[in-house]
Amino acid sequence: MMLFQVRGGVKLSYRKELSSESPIVRMPTPKRVCIPLQQHVGSPAEPVVEVGQWVGKGQLIGRAGRGISANVHASISGTVIAVEDRVAPHPSGLTQLTVVIESDGADRWAELPQPITADFPLPATPKELNDRVAAAGIVGLGGAAFPSAVKLDMRYKYSIDTLVINGAECEPYITCDDRLMRESAAEIVDGVRIMAYALAVEHIIIAIEANKPKAVKAMREAAKADSSIRLVTVPTRFPMGSAQHLLLAVTGRETPADKRTAEVGAVVHNVATARAVSMAIRRGEPLVSRVVTVSGLGVREPANVEVPLGTSVEDLLTFCGGLHPVPTLLIGGGPMMGAPLPSVHAPVVKGSSGVLALTASETNEGPESPCIRCGKCVTACPAGLVPVEMAQLIRRGDLQGAKAIGSQDCIACGSCSFICPSHIPLAHYFSFANGKLSALDRDARQQDRIRSLVQARNERTAREAEIKKAAAAARKAAKAAAAKATAEPPTQLLEEST
Amino acid sequence: MDANMMTQAAQAVGAIGLLGTGLGVILGVAARYLSAPVDDRTEAIAALLPGSNCAQCGYAGCKQAAAAIVDGRAAPNCCPPGGASTAQRVAELIGVWLAVDGSDTALPTVGWVDEERCIGCTRCIRKCGSDAIVGAIKQMHTVLPEVCYACGLCVTECPTNAIVMKPVMPTLATWHWPKPAAKRPTAAA
Amino acid sequence: MSTLVNRAGPFTHTATTVSSTMVWVMVALLPATAYGLWLFGWPAVILFFITLGSALAIEAIMLALLGQPVGARLMDGTALLTGWLLALSLPPWAPWWIGVLGSFCAIVIGKHLFGGLGQNLFNPAMVARVVLLISFPLQMTLWAAPAPLGSEAAPSFMQSVAYISGQTPVPEHMSAATSLGLLKTEVSRGISVEKSTEKLPPLFQMATGKESGSMGESAAVLLLAGGLLLMVLRIISWHIPVALLGTLGALAALSHALDPSRFASMPIHLLAGASVLGAFFIATDYVTSPVSRSGQLLFGAGIGALTWVIRSLGSYPEGLAFAVVLMNALVPLIDRGFRPRVFGRSWRGKSLEVKSQPRIHI
Repeated sequence: MMLFQVRGGVKLSYRKELSSESPIVRMPTPKRVCIPLQQHVGSPAEPVVEVGQWVGKGQLIGRAGRGISANVHASISGTVIAVEDRVAPHPSGLTQLTVVIESDGADRWAELPQPITADFPLPATPKELNDRVAAAGIVGLGGAAFPSAVKLDMRYKYSIDTLVINGAECEPYITCDDRLMRESAAEIVDGVRIMAYALAVEHIIIAIEANKPKAVKAMREAAKADSSIRLVTVPTRFPMGSAQHLLLAVTGRETPADKRTAEVGAVVHNVATARAVSMAIRRGEPLVSRVVTVSGLGVREPANVEVPLGTSVEDLLTFCGGLHPVPTLLIGGGPMMGAPLPSVHAPVVKGSSGVLALTASETNEGPESPCIRCGKCVTACPAGLVPVEMAQLIRRGDLQGAKAIGSQDCIACGSCSFICPSHIPLAHYFSFANGKLSALDRDARQQDRIRSLVQARNERTAREAEIKKAAAAARKAAKAAAAKATAEPPTQLLEEST
Repeated sequence: MDANMMTQAAQAVGAIGLLGTGLGVILGVAARYLSAPVDDRTEAIAALLPGSNCAQCGYAGCKQAAAAIVDGRAAPNCCPPGGASTAQRVAELIGVWLAVDGSDTALPTVGWVDEERCIGCTRCIRKCGSDAIVGAIKQMHTVLPEVCYACGLCVTECPTNAIVMKPVMPTLATWHWPKPAAKRPTAAA
Repeated sequence: MSTLVNRAGPFTHTATTVSSTMVWVMVALLPATAYGLWLFGWPAVILFFITLGSALAIEAIMLALLGQPVGARLMDGTALLTGWLLALSLPPWAPWWIGVLGSFCAIVIGKHLFGGLGQNLFNPAMVARVVLLISFPLQMTLWAAPAPLGSEAAPSFMQSVAYISGQTPVPEHMSAATSLGLLKTEVSRGISVEKSTEKLPPLFQMATGKESGSMGESAAVLLLAGGLLLMVLRIISWHIPVALLGTLGALAALSHALDPSRFASMPIHLLAGASVLGAFFIATDYVTSPVSRSGQLLFGAGIGALTWVIRSLGSYPEGLAFAVVLMNALVPLIDRGFRPRVFGRSWRGKSLEVKSQPRIHI
């Protein structure tokens, strides 16, 4: 099958061998889970349980909010002991509303919807399947955490003809998708077929990076029976797993800037998401757990673990033998696009593909030195930007200038920072600039609103003053008229009486 | 130097001198008669400022501050309630370059009524420029944070010191990475 | 326990640094340098080390004066490389003060006065060479004939010290013109290029380097090997060398075909003088070349064209230094005009049209 050239990107040392040969192990039920009500893109879910209530595994604890949102379910059975702010797995260290459940040891499933076990064609309409996927709280498990039902609904807004399944897993260390493809290929392919049926697409392409030959073999085997599924091996290059770049590589379609892939007729889903869809439809199970890769030289026993959502990173690390030696960094996600975890008490959420404990030799940090204009960042940037120029503008405080040459098209992949020989934190500059520009935008809109309120108040006060003045003038005139009236009559009476 | 060389030199000097003088006169005339009018900028800048005359900038009112900015007596970012976005827009309008480097890390503030101290006198409500305080006589007052822009007039007005300015903490939705620290030893950037 | 870190990702990094890059460039220069030093004997060796030494010393002084970390910045190899390239472009038996003055111009004027590492507009070694060429034309055009170490013609160490320190002038019989110099003087005397070409060393000798010239420009083959090494290591890309040599060669071939009596042939232009050294080591200097690939092509082509123009139509026999400095001045403009196309946008910067997208080829 024809592959298309994708610009930019970098070759990394992947270090996947630390965990790629470890089969997925299921973690024993933790004593306590802290499940945040926002583990997805969009508005947070609203809690529907109270403190003291018993919940079963898979029971709805958070209903999707307005607009783009997703349901949240209990990942263990037990009692809700708190619905309060707890630390989020976010580099800011801020908290978010979290449901804390204490395990009752039983791990009992709540009442689940009726599974659909029939073979294709399924005895359910695409709309019904979408509703089930939405009810199961499934979001993109590649890390983006976009609500999957919303993506499947795109067929009603755009004409979709292709479903691309993303098995690239281009980040170093992360092997959860690799193991899933090797061990649960049949389930994944089933999920793919369900999604394809829901989207009514012509073509299905499963794309896997060339550094996972065993996964390619297993998936090819599983997809053999369905002739509409094509399997393609893409070159191993970071960030081949970026949905828009993967789409370009396998179909030649370039997603226009600021638009979704659906605009060019394609929807991209992760392999783990496909498996979650299969489990939701075939077993009625909502999304309550995910496979997480725990790796890095700072972990005693790197592993791929099936973790109940809400498990603390501490429990997960203990299960993997603990931290040794003490790592320099604790990262959620991959080393390129992941972010530092604020503490070991942060929970594992739907988007947590990995927990990495990295040592100094792996992070390869160095002191920052002046830019030598080598242009390697320009060659590496997959978005076709000029990081050297944008960073220079941002350093001087010219954010609008950086925006003018495309800083908002940055996909934050980190290739530029990776390749820079002077160790300049280029990607950090762009994250800062984009965040600051959004903040300024928000600020400006608020100022506009407030200004119109101030104007309204000024007008109102002026009107009231006007009315007061008129009333005072009227009173004065009436008083003057009354005074005039009392002063005259006596002379008139005297005249009349004579 | 012989006479021939002298005349040649004189010719060269005369030609260049004449050219220079001519061009200089043209430039002077252009600067006088073709320069852009600057009068309506005061109106435009006043339209960008909040308009509540809180005097935090040091001028009597927003119109006076606008005039000062046009004259160059005040900086474009002299209005604290306006925030960074207003400063940017004003700077753009008068063609002054304002560096945005995230060093304005002081958190924005909003007013907050201490309910223990509030006596319900409504003096702050009447003073608030954007009607951000709700309440009535002898009823509890409260500040609407999304409407308050921290002009501070209510704080001075309150007879029981019941209003304080509290910082607005970032949330997961509003937080962003700060600017990377400058590691250069020299001032050159 | 807070594990928060104050910086954003990525949290892994390539092993390549500025110093490692400089080291590889010096490794690539080593064969040609060693050959040049052997070819021109002790005087060249002494001048080479004086130039390098003064480059390092002046850099250390400047860093201290500017308050920058002397240890770290001195060890990054950039000053050493600048001194090395400058030394390679000097006449091999030039007096010692040429080397010191050249280093001063390169490091102080060419680099630090612009703002230090990464801020200079012009290639420091070329700035120095141009300054020296214009200020001291006599010393900068006194070329020595090859007198390899150990051969009879080679001066002894003490004699070399005498030459370099200026005590004894270089004897007549030891100086020789470079190939380009010879062609230029003959053309100005009216003798056709074809005739003068007969007096030049054969092409093979020009390629392997047994001809007079600056310290490092003679061995084209060794320089080519070094350049290829750098390309394999991805330290430089093919764009500038190919564009430079291609343009120079094309113009040379075209002009020679049109008027063989006035213009030298393509092989002579490519092998004589500093073409190969310039194409792979001087024009490809990171700081002073464009950052985008398309810009680099234009840059290389410009240098090649200007070099040919100055060599054939100007009054200097070798034009590479001037050509490099002239094109350096255009680099900010080239960087502004030649940006890559942003993903998802047209060349004008607007979001792509959704109209016709390719059908799937399965």
